[in-house]
Amino acid sequence: MQRYSALSIFHRGLSGHESWRPQWRRAAPKAAYDAVIVGGGGHGLGTAYYLASVHGLTNIAVLEKGWVGGGNTGRNTTIIRSNYLFDESAALYNHALKLWEDLSQVLNYNVMYSARGVMMLAHNVHDVQVAKRHIHANRCNGVDNEWLTPEQAKEFCPPLNISDNIRYPVLGAALQRRGGTARHDAVAWGYARAADALGVDIIENCEVTGFRKDAHGAIEAVETSRGLITTRKVGVVAAGNTSAVMRLADVRLPLESFPLQALVSEPVKPAFPCVVMSNTIHAYISQSDKGELVIGAGTDAYTSYTQRGGLHINTHTLDAICELFPMFRRMQMLRNWGGIVDVTPDRSPIIAKTPVKGLYVNCGWGTGGFKATPGSAHVFAHTIANDEPHPINAPFNIERFRDGFLIDEAAAAAVAH
Amino acid sequence: MSAFRTATGGRIDRSRVIEFEFDGVRYTGLAGDTLASALLANGVHLMGRSFKYHRPRGVLGAGAEEPNALVGVWRDEARYTPNLRATTVELYAGLKAESQNRSPSLTVDKGSVNSLLSPFIPAGFYYKTFMWPKGAWKSLYEPAIREAAGLGRAPRLADPDRYGNRHAHCDVLVIGAGPAGIAAARAAAAAGASVILCDEQAEFGGSLLADPTAEIDGQPAAQWLAASLAELSAASRVTLLGRTTAFGYFPHNHVGLNQKLTDHLDKPAEGAIRERLWQVRASQVLIAQGAIERPLVFPGNDLPGILLASAARTYLNRYGVRVGEQIAVVTAHDAAYQTAFELKAAGAGIAVIADVRADVDAALLEQAAGLGITVRRAATVLGTTGKLRVTGLVLGSVSGEAVQAGDTIACDAVIMSGGFTPSVHLHSQSRGKLEWQPALGAFVPGEAAEATLSAGACRGVFGLAAVLNDGAAQGAAAATAAGHGAGVRTYQASEAARHGGGFLGALPQPGGKPGKKAFLDWQNDVTTRDIALAIREGFVSVEHVKRYTTNGMATDQGKTSNMNALALVAATLGKPIPECGLTTFRMPYTPVTFGSFAGYSRGDLFEPVRRTAIHDWAREHGAVFEDVGAWKRARYFPRGGEDMHEAVNRECIALRHGCGIFDASTLGKIEVVGPDAATFLERLYVNSWANLKVGRSRYGILCREDGFVYDDGVIARLAEDRFHVTTTTGGAARVYAFMEDYLQTEWQDLRVWLTSITEQYSVIAVQGPNARRVLEPLIEGVDLSATALPHMGVATGRILGVPMRLFRVSFTGELGFEVNVPADYGRAVWEAIFASGESHGIVPYGTEAMHVLRAEKGYIIVGQETDGTLTPDDAGLGWAIGRQKADFVGKRSLARASMQTADRKQLVGLRTVDPAVVLEEGAQIVDSPGQTPPMRLIGHVTSSYHSAVLGHSIALAVVRGGRARLGHTLYVPMPEGDIPVTVTSTVFYDADGARLHG
Amino acid sequence: MLQIQCPYCGVRPESEFAYGGEAHIARPTDPSTLNDDQWAEFLYMRTNTKGVHAERWRHARGCNRFFNALRDTTSDRFLAFYRTGEPRPVLAGGKP
Repeated sequence: MQRYSALSIFHRGLSGHESWRPQWRRAAPKAAYDAVIVGGGGHGLGTAYYLASVHGLTNIAVLEKGWVGGGNTGRNTTIIRSNYLFDESAALYNHALKLWEDLSQVLNYNVMYSARGVMMLAHNVHDVQVAKRHIHANRCNGVDNEWLTPEQAKEFCPPLNISDNIRYPVLGAALQRRGGTARHDAVAWGYARAADALGVDIIENCEVTGFRKDAHGAIEAVETSRGLITTRKVGVVAAGNTSAVMRLADVRLPLESFPLQALVSEPVKPAFPCVVMSNTIHAYISQSDKGELVIGAGTDAYTSYTQRGGLHINTHTLDAICELFPMFRRMQMLRNWGGIVDVTPDRSPIIAKTPVKGLYVNCGWGTGGFKATPGSAHVFAHTIANDEPHPINAPFNIERFRDGFLIDEAAAAAVAH
Repeated sequence: MSAFRTATGGRIDRSRVIEFEFDGVRYTGLAGDTLASALLANGVHLMGRSFKYHRPRGVLGAGAEEPNALVGVWRDEARYTPNLRATTVELYAGLKAESQNRSPSLTVDKGSVNSLLSPFIPAGFYYKTFMWPKGAWKSLYEPAIREAAGLGRAPRLADPDRYGNRHAHCDVLVIGAGPAGIAAARAAAAAGASVILCDEQAEFGGSLLADPTAEIDGQPAAQWLAASLAELSAASRVTLLGRTTAFGYFPHNHVGLNQKLTDHLDKPAEGAIRERLWQVRASQVLIAQGAIERPLVFPGNDLPGILLASAARTYLNRYGVRVGEQIAVVTAHDAAYQTAFELKAAGAGIAVIADVRADVDAALLEQAAGLGITVRRAATVLGTTGKLRVTGLVLGSVSGEAVQAGDTIACDAVIMSGGFTPSVHLHSQSRGKLEWQPALGAFVPGEAAEATLSAGACRGVFGLAAVLNDGAAQGAAAATAAGHGAGVRTYQASEAARHGGGFLGALPQPGGKPGKKAFLDWQNDVTTRDIALAIREGFVSVEHVKRYTTNGMATDQGKTSNMNALALVAATLGKPIPECGLTTFRMPYTPVTFGSFAGYSRGDLFEPVRRTAIHDWAREHGAVFEDVGAWKRARYFPRGGEDMHEAVNRECIALRHGCGIFDASTLGKIEVVGPDAATFLERLYVNSWANLKVGRSRYGILCREDGFVYDDGVIARLAEDRFHVTTTTGGAARVYAFMEDYLQTEWQDLRVWLTSITEQYSVIAVQGPNARRVLEPLIEGVDLSATALPHMGVATGRILGVPMRLFRVSFTGELGFEVNVPADYGRAVWEAIFASGESHGIVPYGTEAMHVLRAEKGYIIVGQETDGTLTPDDAGLGWAIGRQKADFVGKRSLARASMQTADRKQLVGLRTVDPAVVLEEGAQIVDSPGQTPPMRLIGHVTSSYHSAVLGHSIALAVVRGGRARLGHTLYVPMPEGDIPVTVTSTVFYDADGARLHG
Repeated sequence: MLQIQCPYCGVRPESEFAYGGEAHIARPTDPSTLNDDQWAEFLYMRTNTKGVHAERWRHARGCNRFFNALRDTTSDRFLAFYRTGEPRPVLAGGKP
């Protein structure tokens, strides 16, 4: 792997950057691998990287039906935080956050993790109760999250409107200072490059069309648009398309796929220092390094695989943003896009073994998967390598739905009484 | 008049001179100018700095495709808009614009050091560096990058302007009012279809506005245009929307239009709507967006003074502006010749026409020769000279693979044409397919996904006559498809310009190497070398190339850059263009103001507030309100400088010793009626209902099918077949939907009807030992005595002559009644009760006192004690479950083993060892002191108050295996230390219920 | 904003409707006879079809009636609308 540094750029710049090599090889599928990852997004590429770097499995492949990082990895609003309520979630997301903190150095690829702070606004008494419950639980779990008064919130985020004569006044905010953003493409590319350097084959334009099982029902091969690949271990990390892929192996999952839209404004000089989220008003906003305001909200109401949604979702998102930040009314939307998010009944992910031996699944991240990328990949690699979950992802199994052990963050945030 | 303004011609109004400012310098322009045309008329080409290298940039285009000339327009401090394209900003008197992304000025910009560093900051350089030392990214590198990035500055003050929103339906929506769109609209209108015709520009006409010599049906095009528009505006079923951009194509032929109403005005009227969002649902959408000229890609192609040939023609013919005095033409397309000829005729010198093609139409060559214009064929451009303005064009010649260096042609402007790219944006947004047309070198609309047609240049039809006839034919087809049969008419037309040729990619350079600083994407500073680097580094998918180089990601979204970049990728990879694919077109077509999406939804109209009939009384009596769902609820009624705690303490004590009155109107209310009403509730709620007698009520619990508590409320049986169901305030709508769901889709056998009556009734809770005495004098037809109306009894009667449903219920633990009266009488009845209560010490109390009072009694609030993960038994409500029932919603889930375990979180009471300490709601609970993170958390505090009546703090909590821990000491770990607490019963006050039944 | 044809009221914009999830998942008549796996199947398992999806809508800001629709989730195009209780229509070409 060519080392990346300011010096290497300077050095190669002197000769017109002619000597850079591909960041990862354009691999053709081999006939057999020790393990195959289906899905070349951040979670899948990261899984391959940790399988190779932590577990020594290097004869593995990542199969991507399109181009790597082209799914939700490249379509999200890049928010990173770990201030989740339940111990299981806090452990998982904080595991990820710790990995984020030195991911650029580990991968020798600048993923631009920026702990600019994630501030979640409370607009009513119920919001305050929920925020405080989170803060206390986080503190006891070793996750940073602090309460800010409206004045402190405004000091942290000067554009915030804290007057009390607006529809939803800001009564305070929960701030996670280690929360922030990262560069989404860089995460996919950084993992791809690092995995490739360890020998992992990254195979783009390769769609899985079927699974073959042996007499005992265990996975023995994957059928793809580029031929049959023999393998005993398959990890499916296909986000919105997980149901469709798993159906090929006759595994049903409690998932539904919804369109999630996001948008950016035209780039402007620094105007917004952190990430602000509001569950009551239902929108979130940050500013990218390029200067674009990055804005998102909820999903469309219905399941869909179209990667687009309705105009009314945008109008609702932006009326909320304009209400919180009325100086942004004259900003202009540059681009809107859609992804497909797979949602479980408790809105927490599944990172688990499946009823089919040798088949593992990592899905159900809903609208919040990006932040978990390194942690999810790390524990999923452990699960595949050992055929046993890591303690952190053990609660995120499929059986929890049957047994009633839901990890229901959304329900815990509940709705006003 | 400036040197660059022609003496005659154009569509500006030469009689109206307009003063404006750019970067603090005062200029004049003419009515009808854009900011760009007015600056060009003043000889100003330098209008901006590029994003990354801060290179000086002039205007490239004349319309929405402009990547360079971005300005901030300042009407006042609260009406500052960044990043507007000078080519689309209409001039108005007093307009103040400023250039962006430069410091201190456009001519001297510190940021231009980036251009010198450019060999060391190629595409994607930031992924390879800024990693050391760890942490420096956020503290050092990122802030510097952010400061350098961005374009204009964000507005700083709240925007005072208003924005509108309108929904519209039509048979045919025609997008684009050039010749194709106008012909289409005429055809559709003639067939009787309702038509909306929109165009982004101030003036309809499209290419006709810049073509003074064209003729249509024997008359000058301008005359035809005026007549056609007069005909359309006179047609009753035609709506013409100027300054209106169709920016987004959504499912089911739903199209978003942005109409600009005031930005062009000298002084918009106070309160005028600045922009309006039109949401149009059209039976047929006819796209006539035209085509956008491609620049040519050669070294130094970004100097100010270098622009698109079609833009130069627009500036000349529409605005009466010559873009230079000595103009060099570089082209691969015939149309640029006509522009050169017209510029020559208008008095500009044409230094050369350098044609990339070896074979050029003989007629064009002859015409050029006749005008004394030198034409170089098989030419290429090796570079340009100049710093803030182009001064020369370095030509080369191509022979086979070989490129020979040539001479430098002095010039003060270069106009270029690589041919035209059909604007397939909206067709593609609608998910229609695209087809590659090799002869045209362009993608054109293929199979449609919606009821969509395209006409004219946007589908690769060029030439005025062809475009008009295509428009007419497609317009008729659209009308026919929308149910209005139409005949097809044809037009005769002629124009001077020819349409042939085109070039994709980068002009050939010596040695086949990419030249230096040959720009593809002007704004984002993407060069041919960046594309080469991306491919070298393995980014071969066009989406990867785009993301790695940022080509096409600027505010113009690749309108001038995407096809050249794609061609370059294809050439480098040795693949045909269609095999390389195209990046996805996404809305908006051009940037759209946030405010226009928000529209009227702001302030009072942003999620309208719900208020009860008693709201105003509460406000008049000093209530402090809280938001609960969309409702405003009185939280407490402070008197004489009391803070919340003082007020709540007073309200609680007054109620427990006398009487309190509370507005409970926000509680959800659903009337369940029908012969099977009891059966319905029996199946739905966990409780038994069949045995509930008429005139009695019962506390009901509703679970989801997963067994977790969903809602609660008192349900009264008013008659055998009539129940009055109450829900939580926030749960009203969802419980109603939940009920309808089961009734309509699962239990169609039941004869039950549901009516939401939440807003029909005011609910006045009268609580406290004096409650009966307060109410008795006002009530007719109901015996309030404990024997006639015991706890949970229900009666109907009248209060002050108003029909009433009276519930003897209590959420305070005191003797209590809830008076339900039609909402119109709510305030009057409330005032009468209050007056009656004054001699009995009545106080109004709010939600906060209500919370304390119910917590003293251990009554839960769904959503506070429960959080979607608690079963009825967890919440201490196991007693309510109808055990003998075969089934109810959630029963099967409650039978799962995990729902029975002893270590489930269960509701308990907590007492702090120090009675003065009030726990914080949401605080966590552990079973041993001194833990450090991560602690073993066993529960949390759900409610916590100081009880004035009891003289100590009380709390409710959910704790793992909580009911088995009664009397145990647990700990609430706080930053200041552990707070010891004792687990108690959830009932802190009047445990035997004597007061309740009084 | 989709355009939806309520079988009782006619064509209306999506903003008048509430999505009701997958259709034809009947609540078991006697849940107590199911084992935990079977019950979980009813509670949580959805086909999440990439293609023609049978789904429920409620005309929440209209007649408040539930009804069913067939929609292609790869294009969001509706293929049929039908009343609750009616069988899933067979589309032209015989595809269910």
